[in-house]
Amino acid sequence: MSPGTSTTTSDALRVEEAARKVVAEHDPRSVPSEELLGALFDAGLAWVSFPEGLGGLGLSRGLQSIVDGIVVDAGGPRGFALNPIGYGMGAPTVVEYAQSTEQARDWLRPLATCEDIWCQLFSEPGAGSDVAGLATTAVRDGDEWVLNGQKVWTTLAHVSRWGMVVARTDPDQPKHRGLTYFVLDMHQPGVDVRPLRQMTGQAEFNEVYLNDARIPDANRLGEVGAGWKVAITTLMNERTAIGGVAGKRGTGPIAEALGLWSAMPERRTPVLRDRLSALWTKTEAHRLTLARARRTATKGQPGPEGSVSKLVAAELNQDVYEFCMDLLGPEALLYDDYTLRRADRIGHDPGATLQQRFLRSRANTIEGGTSEVMRNILGERVLGLPGDMRADSDRPWREVPRG
Amino acid sequence: MAENDDDKTPSVPASGDEPVRPAVPEEPTVQATVPSTPEFDFSAEQNELRTGLRRFVERQSDEATVRRLIETDLGYDRALWGRLGSELGALALAVPEDLGGAGAGLVDQAIAAEELGAALFCGPLLGTVGLAIPALVAAPAGPVRDELLPALAEGTRTAAFVGALFAPYDPSATTIASSGAGERTTLSGTVEQVPDAGAADVLLVAASGPDGPVLVAVESADARITVRGSLDLTRRHARVDLDGAQGRVVASGAGADRAIRHAYAVAGVLLAAEQVGIAQHLLDITVAYAKERLQFGRPIGSFQAVKHRCADMLVAVEHARSTAYHAAWAVQDPSLDDPELAVAIAQSTCSEACYRIAADAIQMHGGIGFTWEHQAHLYYKRAIADAALLGSAEAYREVVSSRVLDALGDVRAPVVATG
Repeated sequence: MSPGTSTTTSDALRVEEAARKVVAEHDPRSVPSEELLGALFDAGLAWVSFPEGLGGLGLSRGLQSIVDGIVVDAGGPRGFALNPIGYGMGAPTVVEYAQSTEQARDWLRPLATCEDIWCQLFSEPGAGSDVAGLATTAVRDGDEWVLNGQKVWTTLAHVSRWGMVVARTDPDQPKHRGLTYFVLDMHQPGVDVRPLRQMTGQAEFNEVYLNDARIPDANRLGEVGAGWKVAITTLMNERTAIGGVAGKRGTGPIAEALGLWSAMPERRTPVLRDRLSALWTKTEAHRLTLARARRTATKGQPGPEGSVSKLVAAELNQDVYEFCMDLLGPEALLYDDYTLRRADRIGHDPGATLQQRFLRSRANTIEGGTSEVMRNILGERVLGLPGDMRADSDRPWREVPRG
Repeated sequence: MAENDDDKTPSVPASGDEPVRPAVPEEPTVQATVPSTPEFDFSAEQNELRTGLRRFVERQSDEATVRRLIETDLGYDRALWGRLGSELGALALAVPEDLGGAGAGLVDQAIAAEELGAALFCGPLLGTVGLAIPALVAAPAGPVRDELLPALAEGTRTAAFVGALFAPYDPSATTIASSGAGERTTLSGTVEQVPDAGAADVLLVAASGPDGPVLVAVESADARITVRGSLDLTRRHARVDLDGAQGRVVASGAGADRAIRHAYAVAGVLLAAEQVGIAQHLLDITVAYAKERLQFGRPIGSFQAVKHRCADMLVAVEHARSTAYHAAWAVQDPSLDDPELAVAIAQSTCSEACYRIAADAIQMHGGIGFTWEHQAHLYYKRAIADAALLGSAEAYREVVSSRVLDALGDVRAPVVATG
């Protein structure tokens, strides 16, 4: 896709040239992926928008797709696919808030090569959509902090080297003000990772118990008590990542529905045909909206298009898989395997059955912000409607009812 | 994979009894010469066009003006229409320069349709700009075209398109017959509902002749036109009785088919853009109202029931906008997508979105939204009319079904658990 202005045209050429050079010198088909990803980091191509020396070139974020395209075309891996939380959420937070450039580089390079997988420890049993209501405590002890509490829904925690954790450092402040953000060594004593089995039978996520887990103060991101601001950086990057990218027409979940429609002529009815047609059209509208969002973002004017995509993608996935179940008929009610399995990667498992995908889609409207919270965000941040009535404003966190 | 190869979908033959004609030399696709910005990237000139038109309608098509015009016999202001053509050049943006237009493109014309729609601008836009002008642009050169096009583009004359306008294009659907295929022809038949016909100087008629479709220009004075009471006060319908009317042939056979097909595609784009304008306007006034209207001691917009419906309206507007713009770009530059599929996607999305938003806007305004004094009903009536014009959302889903579902090639079947 050609960029919008002449400035970005020369930047785009520069990025393209640099990416081709790295791929030529580190052939993805013959060198280990760590070497290629490390070379991309050193060339400033891991995140082109980051500062030079920290995996970037200080250029527009929209140019990253040029690098990714060249790497994938050459048969290489996308770091984002191997270490999605590290690439998508950890790195932008580290780059903005690490206490020193050295510290940032020490974290970022192994993150970029995927030798270090990262996870994000925000959600708790008592704090889901209301992340800032979390109860895990961090108490200062000399140059260290001591953490206690329980986290939940932690993707990839069982393979992670580092975790981004938000903990309460001052329960007497209102909830957003008493939080502090840290990077936690997942391999230390006091960090207990247990699989969390989902309704699919699989365990994609984990529960993480923190029992006197210690973190050096040097691993703090942002100021003491300013953890919420840091967490927002992480969360905004999460939604961008979840919202997705505009793929080709007819790909993604709708491809499953089209495949099933094609394979089952005997199950077709006019009503199902209309439903599929409506789903296909809505998928197109969603895809075109993502393409439009990318165009406006490249021009540096992000509009409301991007913020609707997370909400739409989640509900559309569910609708498409519900349609598939209806088209499938009685066979939809069969299931092969509820044995506990752990996923080492997130994203689509190509071998997953339709029934499994159907069950998994129930999480789409919950993970990364429920659809209810997303609608609040659209209403308040995009349309500027007044905020909800809140029971916790300006009250010390200690006094706020929880359950 | 489920890649669609829509471009290769053969078009459906018009009707079984149509005689097979020798192949007509292919004329170049209309609009092929317009310099195109990348899709969804509006140029500075296009943004200026939008701003300029918005300023114009704020002054010239405010609510008071619209309310005054719907009480008049004609339903629009001829002088203002003329200014729209001559002063602003907003009627012929997509007409090539050598035919008297601005040579801009359909994307530009869609921007105009969006802004004029948002203001419920009264005038024969659909008949003249949506259908008649693009039909003439796509028709073979000839004296009728050369005489009519500049006048319509300037705004000195207006037009309505007489055809089956409540369904997607179907060459076999016309109820008007044409006898003789020379320069002049005699027509027979009646069309019960023709938008803009009461306000038109000339009728462009899609008729059926002995050798297939014929496009005929008829002076309004030569037809019997009866204005009918219309649900939408801002775009009126009339009955057009053409029995015995004499007309001049603009195009026939493949040339007529191509011209009419192009007119439906362009009108589909412009109507979708108009629906986007209406939907955005209604979202704007609804959000403004939800911020200021107090109930139970708080602005109603702070209630999730209201806030979430506004969020859903926003999603619908954004989807409508994406599909309408995509259709504009695809009809302007067919290398981007199958234009007729792009129009079908836009029409089904925008018709549904605009109507739903208009209904929700009334609901969010409560009792005031149901009154004659409030503007909501004017927009609601246009929205339900627009959703039916050129075919309903369901009718376009049928187009999508036949072009996409019925044309599926080798598609990989998903893995299904078998227990």
